[in-house]
Amino acid sequence: MRLSLLSPSGEADKGASVAPSPNPTAGSEPRPAQADAAPARVVLDDTAIRRALVRIAHELVEHNDRLGDLYLVAIPNGGVPLARAIAANLQQIAGLEVPVGILDTTLYRDDLVLRGERPPLRRTEMPSAVDGRVVVLVDDVVSTGRTIRAAMDALMDFGRPQAVQVVGLVDRGHRELPIKIDYVGKNIPTQRDERVELRGLQGGLEGPLEVVVKPERSEGDHRARGERSEPERSEGDHRARGRAEGAPGEGGSR
Amino acid sequence: MMGRDLLAIEDLDRADLERILETALRMDEVGRRDVKKVPTLRGRTLINLFFESSTRTRTSFEIAGKRLSADVVNFTPSSSSMKKAESILDTAMTLDAMDPDAVVVRHAVAGVPKRIADALEAPVINAGDGAHEHPTQALLDLFTVWQEKGRLDGLTVTIVGDIVHSRVARSNLYAFSKLGAEVRLAAPPTMLPPAVEALGVKAYTSLREALEGADVVMLLRIQQERLDGCFFPSIREYAATFGLDRAKLRYAKDDAIVMHPGPINRGVEIAHDLADRRPSVILDQVRNGVAVRMAVLYLFAGRNPRREG
Amino acid sequence: MARIVIRGGRLLDPASGRDESGDLLLEDGRIAGAGAQLAADGALAVDAAGCWVVPGLFDLHAHLREPGQEYKEDIASGGRAAVAGGFTAIACMANTQPVNDDPSVTEYILDRARQESPARVYPIAAATRGLAGEVMTEMAALVEAGVVAFSDDGRTIMDSGVMRRVLEYSGLVRVPIITHAEDRTLARDGVVNEGPVSTRLGLPGNPAAAETIHVARDILLAQLTGAHLHVAHVSTAGAVELIRAASERGVHVTAEVTPHHLTLTDEATLGYDTNTKMAPPLRSERDVRALRAGLADGTLDAIATDHAPHAVHEKDVEFTAAPPGVIGLETAVAVTLELVRAGDLAPIEWVRRLSSNPARIAGRPGGSLAVGAPADVAVIDPVRRWVYEPTKGYSKSRNSPWAGRELTGRALATIVGGRLVYDAERGVLAP
Repeated sequence: MRLSLLSPSGEADKGASVAPSPNPTAGSEPRPAQADAAPARVVLDDTAIRRALVRIAHELVEHNDRLGDLYLVAIPNGGVPLARAIAANLQQIAGLEVPVGILDTTLYRDDLVLRGERPPLRRTEMPSAVDGRVVVLVDDVVSTGRTIRAAMDALMDFGRPQAVQVVGLVDRGHRELPIKIDYVGKNIPTQRDERVELRGLQGGLEGPLEVVVKPERSEGDHRARGERSEPERSEGDHRARGRAEGAPGEGGSR
Repeated sequence: MMGRDLLAIEDLDRADLERILETALRMDEVGRRDVKKVPTLRGRTLINLFFESSTRTRTSFEIAGKRLSADVVNFTPSSSSMKKAESILDTAMTLDAMDPDAVVVRHAVAGVPKRIADALEAPVINAGDGAHEHPTQALLDLFTVWQEKGRLDGLTVTIVGDIVHSRVARSNLYAFSKLGAEVRLAAPPTMLPPAVEALGVKAYTSLREALEGADVVMLLRIQQERLDGCFFPSIREYAATFGLDRAKLRYAKDDAIVMHPGPINRGVEIAHDLADRRPSVILDQVRNGVAVRMAVLYLFAGRNPRREG
Repeated sequence: MARIVIRGGRLLDPASGRDESGDLLLEDGRIAGAGAQLAADGALAVDAAGCWVVPGLFDLHAHLREPGQEYKEDIASGGRAAVAGGFTAIACMANTQPVNDDPSVTEYILDRARQESPARVYPIAAATRGLAGEVMTEMAALVEAGVVAFSDDGRTIMDSGVMRRVLEYSGLVRVPIITHAEDRTLARDGVVNEGPVSTRLGLPGNPAAAETIHVARDILLAQLTGAHLHVAHVSTAGAVELIRAASERGVHVTAEVTPHHLTLTDEATLGYDTNTKMAPPLRSERDVRALRAGLADGTLDAIATDHAPHAVHEKDVEFTAAPPGVIGLETAVAVTLELVRAGDLAPIEWVRRLSSNPARIAGRPGGSLAVGAPADVAVIDPVRRWVYEPTKGYSKSRNSPWAGRELTGRALATIVGGRLVYDAERGVLAP
């Protein structure tokens, strides 16, 4: 079953931002990597990322007895190339064949406020059963922890893992839930109103990847896009702001 | 899309259709899990307001809503209490006062969902209005063909049957045309709507010609009641001239698929030996109906916030 | 199969426009050649000196009464009457008992014709089941069984919605819908044309408007649906005008007129002879002139007899009680030659309206003397005088307004499929 989109811009399964615009009348949204006018500072370049992924693979081997039970589950879009790279590293380091699944958490989000557009859904592909496995969730940027919580809820609907561990390439702080990251690539302190994102996803496994930090954009298109690979501001703020101001960024409702 | 009504395929553009189909693909995956439930619409209320009975469509919407964890309520007014238009609006507004996040409406008269939509804050989803439109049927048909053929552009889709009375035909002709397929209609002359070719389709009274090189053959149900209107002489003659059997199917492409919105009349629209296995994808359509309706609910459900607070 | 050579006649072929003297050679059921002094060894020779050699005549409208009313006529007797009149093909109407609204009845008629009729028989099926004017018949199945057209003739489809659907559905099979155009609610119990004659006779009248209203309606519905409408037995000037205008705007309408409507006026009914009672009734002088002009200018495409046999005891009653209709297969030639004699039609045009045009409307072969065409030929003596005695005719019935009259013009030989089936001396020949 092909996932290629009906329109020529089909690149969803390469993990890039979703092509169709949530507001069809506005035309397609520009990709974050291209349309950004404000300066972004690179906090992790490709080399640093690769090195971190090698280290994380070693740590996984070190901290787990039953390596045969490992199951890497990537949270799209950013987690996908990272999980695949870790799997390749585990193969190289320890000769392990660790299955890689993809688990979209959009349907489990706690912030699907029923105002504003529904975020586009991403692919879920779980080649292996979850029961009894040591599931290692892999995400690119962890902030409030809500995505990881949503991923755990989703995981429970798939079965009963033996244990759940979390890999986050970037921990930028601002937790709102008691979620810990077991394996961190780099801690990067940020302001709440800054955005941290993993770029270069269209290159797939080969990259080059980089993590950048940049200032927050206007509210409207942020919320409208519902981007997953960029963590939003705290969900609390988001909801409060929405209630007070009505719902900008919506295409003309009735 | 959220908060908008889904009344007609005619109102949607190509991007809208693609978005719904891509979302349906994700929902299809949810339907293949062991635990077929996600918490997305937890705490939300969905009302099925079916003035015209239909177990299959209503059940499909109900399952779709429940898989999204919504609370689903079925409301089927009895025909005797629903004779006047005022009663329809009263009923709908009463239900709206209970804050549903979506109201799915089916009625035997064209235009009723729109009248209801204009009066309600909840978004209205048209589950079939008279001979006008049946948007979710067309969406699931699009999805089915997409999954089978991998594309929609450039395909030839032949719709056969009582076109003039069919909302499924109308919705499908808009849907497939907007996504670049060539749509053909085949029917006895009494069942072709007047001036239908102005909608960008080709009309045929010869089934054979309409089937030449078709990728998709979509059959519509023939209703016995139509005989009273003198639209065609007998079931026997319809089956002989427009019923699909293996011999006639040979004019279509070798890998053509056969579809039907159901329920089927075996031996009338479709020969017995064609109905139950390939190239018929009728049961896939039913399965896809749930995924498509989940996608529609995900994208459209949610009260219009402008009136709140 | 035998060869036949028809010698020394005037060949009139509307298909090619040929009008010249010569011989015609028939071989193996087909026309094999035409020209002067054809060599034809072993051929049966037919002497056509002083005669016209024409394609066999084709009657679009005959009632053969079988199945169900064989006492009036049957397929055998009707077929014989036809060839005696120079007709090699007849289309028979569906108001039999049972009505021909089902392929089984069609097959029965064709089977009987194969066995018993020297003329070709083309069934016309009912347009609605049982001629009730409500539900259309299975046109695809009937055409497949051999039907050439659909008609509720005998009755009229009064419900315009039904007529619309009938015309519309006929697009599936592309054969004509033949209308007996008569608004029954206007015609009511009228038995003669409404006018001075009905006043003098003291009989209820049937106004011309009863016909023209339905002709107008049917033409507009034909226009709406794109169907082929054929108007049966046109009798009024008003209908002729409507048909002319419709043809000019491109509506697919054809029409026929009977020998009696072309030559008799309503004055013929003075005297209360039930053999002058037809449906539609004989009309006024003005109508007859318009019909003749319409036939001449092509507005009316064909002459069709509306051969309607009724038993003597049925016609021998008071005027209002008698069934309408007269027989006409054996007298059509003589009666309609009147128009040629009056200068309204050239001989080849007369032949066209009795052969090529009807064949074209029925969608069947006929009306041509081209090499390779079926050998359906009639030899007609346009000046032969004879007295028409229905008791000596081939039809079982006798209801003719020309009974006992001296007529001029007669078929002398009729050949169907290359076989001589009739000649004036020996009559209808055994197969």
